[in-house]
Amino acid sequence: MGGARRPPLFQFGRWLGVVPFFVFSGLFLIGPVVVLAYRSLEGPDGGLTLDNYRELTNPTVLASYGLSIRISLTTAVLGGLIGFFLAWAVSMGGLPRPFRSGLTTFSGVASNFAGVPLAAAFIFTLGRIGAITALFELIGIDIYGAGFTLYSYWGLTIVYLFFQIPLMVLVLLPALDGLKQDWREAAENLGATPRQYWRRVALPILLPSILGTMILLFGNAFGAHATAYALTGGLLNLATLLIGQQISGDVLNNPGLGYAVAMGMVFIMALSIILYSILQRRSERWLG
Amino acid sequence: MTGFLSLENVRKEFNGVVAVESFNLEVEPGEFVSFLGPSGCGKTTTLRMVAGFEPPTSGTIRLAGEDVTYAKANERNIGMVFQSYALFPNMTVADNIAFGLRVRKEEGAARGERVAELLDLIHLPDKAKAYPNELSGGQQQRVALARALAIRPQLLLLDEPLSALDAKIRDDLRAEIRRIQRQLNITTIYVTHDQEEALALSDRVVVMSKGQIEQVGEPFEIYNNPATGFVASFVGQLNRLPVTVVDPALGRVRVGRSEIRTTSLIESPAGAEVSLMMRPEEVTLDAEEENVLEGTVESVTFLGSIVRVQVAVDGGRLTADLFNERLLVLPVAGDATQLSFPSHACWVMV
Amino acid sequence: MTISAPPIPVIETEAEQAPAKRSRFWAWVILIITALYFLVPLGATFYWSLRAEADKLGFEAYRRLFADSNFWPSFTESVINAIAAIFLSLLIIVPTAYWVTLRLPKLRPVVEFITLLPFVIPAVVLVFALLRLYGRPPLLLTATYDSSRVLLVCAYTALSFPYMFRSVDNGLRAMDVRSLTEAAQSLGAGWPTILRRVIFPNLRVALLSGALLTFAIVIGELTIALFLAQQTFGPYMANLTRSKVYEPSAMAIVAFALTWAAMGTIALITRPGKRG
Repeated sequence: MGGARRPPLFQFGRWLGVVPFFVFSGLFLIGPVVVLAYRSLEGPDGGLTLDNYRELTNPTVLASYGLSIRISLTTAVLGGLIGFFLAWAVSMGGLPRPFRSGLTTFSGVASNFAGVPLAAAFIFTLGRIGAITALFELIGIDIYGAGFTLYSYWGLTIVYLFFQIPLMVLVLLPALDGLKQDWREAAENLGATPRQYWRRVALPILLPSILGTMILLFGNAFGAHATAYALTGGLLNLATLLIGQQISGDVLNNPGLGYAVAMGMVFIMALSIILYSILQRRSERWLG
Repeated sequence: MTGFLSLENVRKEFNGVVAVESFNLEVEPGEFVSFLGPSGCGKTTTLRMVAGFEPPTSGTIRLAGEDVTYAKANERNIGMVFQSYALFPNMTVADNIAFGLRVRKEEGAARGERVAELLDLIHLPDKAKAYPNELSGGQQQRVALARALAIRPQLLLLDEPLSALDAKIRDDLRAEIRRIQRQLNITTIYVTHDQEEALALSDRVVVMSKGQIEQVGEPFEIYNNPATGFVASFVGQLNRLPVTVVDPALGRVRVGRSEIRTTSLIESPAGAEVSLMMRPEEVTLDAEEENVLEGTVESVTFLGSIVRVQVAVDGGRLTADLFNERLLVLPVAGDATQLSFPSHACWVMV
Repeated sequence: MTISAPPIPVIETEAEQAPAKRSRFWAWVILIITALYFLVPLGATFYWSLRAEADKLGFEAYRRLFADSNFWPSFTESVINAIAAIFLSLLIIVPTAYWVTLRLPKLRPVVEFITLLPFVIPAVVLVFALLRLYGRPPLLLTATYDSSRVLLVCAYTALSFPYMFRSVDNGLRAMDVRSLTEAAQSLGAGWPTILRRVIFPNLRVALLSGALLTFAIVIGELTIALFLAQQTFGPYMANLTRSKVYEPSAMAIVAFALTWAAMGTIALITRPGKRG
């Protein structure tokens, strides 16, 4: 009868299952980013320097960041608000039940429908010869003549909302479910009107979720490339498009700067994911 | 029509299913009334109708003389405590308690005083700035109680408030609730499926089953003079012996080869098959009382203060609950034994 | 016996329902307006796709699309890439999720963090980094079309990690993998048996969901494929938009239908109450 022996401190077998994961992530996720970070700190003569980051004040770069941030904020706030009202409508607004599952499935599809097909669909709708443009012409309104164009800031905003709103809906529906009916009844029982309940109880409880998801939406728009590329080619000076151009040819005339721009994007995305996680954890604490 | 709270012929239907039927009750001011029954008996539905969360299908509900049947839930000045506490997680204990006062636009100073008063009442004076998720279940429920009482309601409703708590906390809180209720002399309705709770807390108990009232009465009455078979078996342990009526006028029935006499009324004729009921605590393992039966011990369960002995007798089975004694010699399964009980301890039901 | 007065309660009941009616009105308004926003572009595109033949509504655009010499090659290439990425991802993620749940729970935060990296690294930044890292010796992977394709599939696998891990993780949690494993062990089963008879059968739904999500992501992916000069479905669609008039609308509808099929299947197989 063998006595129990203390197992060796490091057993290869214990780690076997996760080794492929770490190796793969190292090769294709972490490694590349580390290389980017390193090269962004590399000076022309090979030493380490922060010059590339100082160069981020280059007008092209600043403009691209600015535009990307503005469009991400716009679509995050608009998408967030519309998504919130839509989620409210199907869960608590008294609509028939099938609408909710229909909306959930549709949101799953629409939030993944970015890129070329989405851009194409909107070109056929609001492009120069799009169906809606034609409809407006039929009733005498020339929207392109009036200055509207799909290939612009607002055009891209309209297109981005197609996947931003569903993303908000998908995250917010479970959160709205978490609003316990008991809270509403307790508030009612204590004399509150529906408006008072929303103002003092429901909205404060939902706020972390709403805010957190808007931040997620921000990141989502900020990092989007395919849709913008498919819709505008290189017309709009967005940060992602700028990086794309830098890949094909050194449009910034400064390879180090290219790396810095990419790392700048990573920082902003990381920040938004961190903020989202913090708010999401708070929201889960209250909404379970 | 003289009750502080009166429900007249209240009925509730959901999609053709009748949840509550012919509910009639008068509650006196300051009275503590329990609605007791199994899940689905309609007790919570009735409570929610009183609270205003469900409109009755028909019937009237009056509070202090006023018809509140269809009044809005936020206009009834009734305090409610939920099974899940329902404390607002985004507010501190003090803010939760003050919520009803804030809604009524009471002044800050008056509000603060009232909150402090209630925190004292529930014995949690130093928890004012804590958040609900920092409190234990029992503490949360006390805060929920304070929140309901803050608005000085005319009526207090509690929907199974102790179900989600551990046994020990439940006992402590049960006593707290009764103490506070007596101190404030507030009319209270308490919904529970736990008959021990209902018996211990109430001035009167309303036993419900399948949407109807089975019996209304004081705990002692309900327990010792159950009106229906349901009440008899739902409240407390019950012995049920199938017997044949021998002589209704003399109260004699037969089980197996033995005859039993009961002092309660027998309405069935001789020869009818009926049930003889009695409480286990009235049965003893000796031949001291008037009715004696022979039997064999089937099982002995030691419950602490009670020793529960199941005995097979000719024609059925009886349970005897004996008080524990330190020098008690426990019977053993298989022993032959005698059982006896007084004739006034048993009654007959069809 | 009191005489009840029916008329008054009826009116008051309606008054009580009025606020609910008002909010229901706004709910419908919101639903209809957003439905228009979502359905009109799809409808317009579909309408366009039927107008390839002058004055006639027909499926000519679709015929031309499917007959296009580059459609099927690029589509099949994408499908193969997707299947490879799914396979690779499952192979890596399932053991990882299982290990992290049962044997190395302390590693969980690290693993979860890494699976979130694709959200932090936009696709364009990732391909930028991949090209710089593997674009020159000693780690040259972009010399040939096929080696770049390998790089592409690896990138897709990495991109699928958040979805695959979450899917498998949820699946493991739902089946209470710890208890099931311990029960199997107490009955004498070894690891291969446990994996084969206990883990995988109960993970079928989760694996399928993860696979379908990955498929939806890979099939139309543009950014990485573009910069790795791959002729997959994404770049094909982009080219089509610039070169043809009617086919792109058919292509958009087809893409939407594909995504819908994938998501709809996920919704169907993950319906609560279905036994796995």
